[in-house]
Amino acid sequence: MKDKLALTGNEAVAHAMRQINPDVVAAYPITPQTEIVMAFSQFVADGVVDTETIPVESEHSAMSACVGASASGARTMTATCSQGLALMWEIVYIASSLRLPIVMPVVNRALSAPINIHCDHSDSMGARDSGWIQMYCESGQEAYESTLLAVRIAEDENILLPVMVCLDGFITSHAVERIELLEDKVVKGWIGEKKTRYSLLDVDNAVTYGPLDLQDYYFEHKRQEAEAMRKAYSVIPGIVNKFQKIIGKKYDYLEKYKMDGANLAVLALGSTCGTAKTTVDRLRAKGIKAGMVKLRFFRPFPAKELVDALSKAKAVAILDRSDTFSNRGGPAFNEIRSAFYEKKDKPFVVNYIYGLGGRDINVEDIEKVYTDLGKILKQKKVGTLVNYLGVRE
Amino acid sequence: MAKMIEVRFHGRGGQGAKTAAQLLAETALGGGMYIQAFPEYGPERSGAPMRAYTRISDKPINLHSGVTSPGIVVVIDPTIMDTVDVAEGLGDEGILIVNTEEKPEAIRQKTKFNKGKVFTVNATQISLDTLGRPMPNTPMLGALIKATGIIKVKDLEEKLKKKFLKKIGEKGVKGNIDAIERAHKEAKSG
Repeated sequence: MKDKLALTGNEAVAHAMRQINPDVVAAYPITPQTEIVMAFSQFVADGVVDTETIPVESEHSAMSACVGASASGARTMTATCSQGLALMWEIVYIASSLRLPIVMPVVNRALSAPINIHCDHSDSMGARDSGWIQMYCESGQEAYESTLLAVRIAEDENILLPVMVCLDGFITSHAVERIELLEDKVVKGWIGEKKTRYSLLDVDNAVTYGPLDLQDYYFEHKRQEAEAMRKAYSVIPGIVNKFQKIIGKKYDYLEKYKMDGANLAVLALGSTCGTAKTTVDRLRAKGIKAGMVKLRFFRPFPAKELVDALSKAKAVAILDRSDTFSNRGGPAFNEIRSAFYEKKDKPFVVNYIYGLGGRDINVEDIEKVYTDLGKILKQKKVGTLVNYLGVRE
Repeated sequence: MAKMIEVRFHGRGGQGAKTAAQLLAETALGGGMYIQAFPEYGPERSGAPMRAYTRISDKPINLHSGVTSPGIVVVIDPTIMDTVDVAEGLGDEGILIVNTEEKPEAIRQKTKFNKGKVFTVNATQISLDTLGRPMPNTPMLGALIKATGIIKVKDLEEKLKKKFLKKIGEKGVKGNIDAIERAHKEAKSG
């Protein structure tokens, strides 16, 4: 019997961490830290986990401590958001390059300036090329389950890459929802004992992590890092299948919602997917052939799955909750549109940047996107490629 | 589509609107419902006008946007009505519940809400009598139960006890329960 609790997204993730019982959690303890670490610290203080917590003086140090702990073989976690992730930057790249399976929930919040504490994806999207696996969660329930899945993905010996579990700031992190937790022993069995092939503390089999590596080998190591992400792409579905046996849900790269026979499709990441599903229900009730796709993994990028899922639609809108300021639209849009390049009969693909700094997006906003898609289909051409949804101009 | 109940609470930071939204949701969860409860501005600032929301449904709730057309509005601080249109988005069947010493007719005049139902209760006075300080959030839930019946008084009291006994002690819990029951009795409609 699963426990049904009223928990915030932050608390749900903290419960996942309690059940994982990591060896080390190193985190910056004050703003912009999340309540995840606050709730988890309570579990530590209450003695329900035996994690060694390292409160550090900055996020840069938090990730540095995580790198040291993980290299020694400890199951290591931290959490951050927004400016915290930005300050971590330098070491974020080092964690993935050293192939350290750190799991880090990221509560997605806007970056300064201007100062804002609310949701958008600018923080983690900025880290999209850092070599971390990235999952985006629709709800507190997904954030909880994704955290449990992330441990197995990160530590798989064919992957060994760190994972960011991204959940929407305030919308998911501070909202109380009905959350169903697995039994502690089920989680314990799922994550198993951590195996470490090359421990920094194994003096009989001494290894070096992160030495100087110039023109002679650096490129080969980077090539291997790229290969690790390719491997992750082929290995993750197997782990997802095993996870399905435990939770009864399939955490595929994508979730397709009413895409059968859909002419018009919207793709989104995070909590907006739920609001888009409600929009699809309303439109379908009016006889409009609408569908939506949730992109769950942004890294590895599931290009084939995306093209398969969206190519039957005639017009597709990609919703990005961050901008690249490249003049060519948001990150998801760019990569998805590029994935369609070889495809002969491809749908119109347009971009909507929305919700920056926590600007609310509701069913009416998303309905407008479908209306626009209908017009594109009628006129057989795209007007504006990159649109800003819900902004005053 | 599943029928979903959406509630909007108006209060000021520190008056317990967020707690009321959460307590309502948790009580409904105990009855097997799916729930959401969230404040509008995240961490609230003491004294500033704020809103909190509750969604209750017998099906999983996908929606993650703010509540713009609530079925029920609860006004915890009546002074907010001077600057905020608390009836905004309330439909024909809407229910407006206000903490005030005034009668429902006066609230209708003030808010220009001429549809649905209006309930009033002097929750501040009730909390002063039962708790010795102005904490109108729990009695407002008593009035909400009278107006809507979406949860049961007994379930709310049990949830309150379970959630707050450690924090506020037996006396605090009893004061709140008395406040809920009195508000449930005294709430007037018009």
